[in-house]
Amino acid sequence: MPRWGMVIDLDRCTGCGACVVACQAENNVPINTEDVYHQRRAIEWIRLERYWEGEYPNIKARYIPVPCMHCQNAPCEPVCPVYATYHTSEGINMQVYNRCIGTRYCAINCHWHVRFFNFWEPKWPDSLKNQLNPNVTVRSRGVMEKCTFCIQRVVKAEHQAKLEGRDLEADEFTTACAQACPAEAIVFGDLDNPNSRVAQLVNSAVNERGYRLLEDLGTEPSVYYLKKIDPEAAAEEHSGH
Amino acid sequence: MQERHQLGEEAITRELFRPLVSTPAMMWVGFIGLGAVLAIFVFAVSWMFYWGLGVTGLHRPNMWGFMIVNFVFWIGISHAGVMISAILRLTQAEWRRPVTRAAEVMTIFSLMTAMLHPVIHTGRPWRTLYWVFPYDFWRNLWPDIRGPLVWDPSAILTYLTGSTLFLYTTIIPDMALARDRTTGWRHVLYSILALGWRGNERQWKMQTIAGFLLSGLILPVFVSVHSIVSWDFAVSLVPTWHATVFAPYFVIGAIHSGVSAVVTLMALMRWLFRFENYIRLEHFDSIGRLLIAVGTGWLWFFLLDIFFAIYPQEARELEIMQFRLFDWPFNVMTALIFIFGYFIPVPIWVFQRFRRNVKIMFWTSIAVNVGMWAERYWLIKPGLMRKYEWTFDWAWYRPSIVEISIVMGSFALVGFLLLVFSKIFPPISVWEEKEGVHFAQQLQVGKRRVNAIVREF
Repeated sequence: MPRWGMVIDLDRCTGCGACVVACQAENNVPINTEDVYHQRRAIEWIRLERYWEGEYPNIKARYIPVPCMHCQNAPCEPVCPVYATYHTSEGINMQVYNRCIGTRYCAINCHWHVRFFNFWEPKWPDSLKNQLNPNVTVRSRGVMEKCTFCIQRVVKAEHQAKLEGRDLEADEFTTACAQACPAEAIVFGDLDNPNSRVAQLVNSAVNERGYRLLEDLGTEPSVYYLKKIDPEAAAEEHSGH
Repeated sequence: MQERHQLGEEAITRELFRPLVSTPAMMWVGFIGLGAVLAIFVFAVSWMFYWGLGVTGLHRPNMWGFMIVNFVFWIGISHAGVMISAILRLTQAEWRRPVTRAAEVMTIFSLMTAMLHPVIHTGRPWRTLYWVFPYDFWRNLWPDIRGPLVWDPSAILTYLTGSTLFLYTTIIPDMALARDRTTGWRHVLYSILALGWRGNERQWKMQTIAGFLLSGLILPVFVSVHSIVSWDFAVSLVPTWHATVFAPYFVIGAIHSGVSAVVTLMALMRWLFRFENYIRLEHFDSIGRLLIAVGTGWLWFFLLDIFFAIYPQEARELEIMQFRLFDWPFNVMTALIFIFGYFIPVPIWVFQRFRRNVKIMFWTSIAVNVGMWAERYWLIKPGLMRKYEWTFDWAWYRPSIVEISIVMGSFALVGFLLLVFSKIFPPISVWEEKEGVHFAQQLQVGKRRVNAIVREF
């Protein structure tokens, strides 16, 4: 049984936003217009947070892509009264849109702010209606939605492997965000398969510069981050020794 | 002590049934004014159903807002009924008699209003009802009982059932009284509601036992309801919500605001229905004394909550505590809660002269509830606005006109229902008043002879 996880290398991330666009297209996320941004109701299953470091003129932009952490001990799950959000045996935190009644308690109890509520009926311009992904439900008004680790791709790959009577191979498929990332900063895969890239990264790089967001809450997120290598800091450290 | 002229039974009946037969001009003003606000409320809710929750001021970090604050407030108000009726009945406090009925009715109406809030506040309200009640067991999809949002409707519905039964038990003798004195549709209605009450000894015995039993049984529910409402917040991981002190703190806050609301109601009834002979200054005096104790208890828990946030020295907790104590607009709100919730009313209630002044009691009780509404906002909102260290996602919450209409409308709804109730049922328990008269004795106090009840049994 696979255990899906992700590694995001912030040293490679350029903040281009391709992951956000790819996710939007793959998962039928409604178009976030300017209005929706101003209302702070934009839906971005993976979002790019931009933080400034330092003072002008020595200022640096820091980017961090934040998808759902798929916590193994997710705080959003027990607070849902209708089991609309639950954990799969493969470690994915799932959302059942048809069960959701929209109490929004899961969003209150998610400290990564990665659960999104459909405040309005989602709309697409006519030109984009034909590009909706047929494998993904279009969510209606009044339900929560979130990153699913591209569950449709997971299911498709597992089904294909079953048809061919073989086990799933390492890195046979990947999520839309990881596929679109030009710098290959996002790596998705089976954490329990030693041959997968994500497992190898977790075993090597994560020990050196890895961390998980809000790890101290004890929710066991499945998304690992590799922190940025600061060349100046490294040089200083080197000369210091 | 009963500071009034001795009243005959017939006079009591006639005076207490007066609101049923005659409508004072102010009552019409109330019906029309509250009805207008209620119309706005209905329009706002329909507007929200039609367009979705987009018309509210809610957004990503602030997923809960005015409606949840108002929900907690009304649950708090609903604690008055049982506080006044059940506890005071069990402790045989004599001054409860004229306020029990009004307090119980307010419990029921404010509970119903409170229950409305979480339902209309969800994304798909039609589904919410379907998931909570009546539950469709045949699908074998069960609600998640680990979640406080399942405990919550269970506790509230239990409380609503219990307090409705309690009210009905105490209303039966009055219904029989009304049945015997009315004709037409009212006679039919009261005949049905009186359940064949003849006032014989067995029926009185059953009624008394049922009253006492229900008061005893409802007490644990009374404590549990607001504890569970507090757990809606306390079981989450949001800093400053995640506090074990929340349950007793919410309960004492509920009693504080609920009993104050009873004072408001007493003053309004005294003015509107001219019940000077029944809702007397001694009653304001007694409830004022009770409020000093309750208010001070509430202040203690208010300070404890702040203390428990500081004591563990946890950075996130401290940050939000600092935000809500010292940053605009929450610094003003903190001051408002202190001043309106405690520092204006309680020192005033210490003086008997002021406790026996209806106007002062009315305005101080209003002040308490302004403070308590602000306190609920103060407890719930800051933690959401700055949830964890994602400064990128921090945001202010600004309620929309729809949410403000719903909050105002909830007050109108409770007021309107109370007015309608007092047109159909006597707003003061007639049989309890008469019972009080029977228990009274002529006592010599110094040079005066007064009507007083030394002990009930």
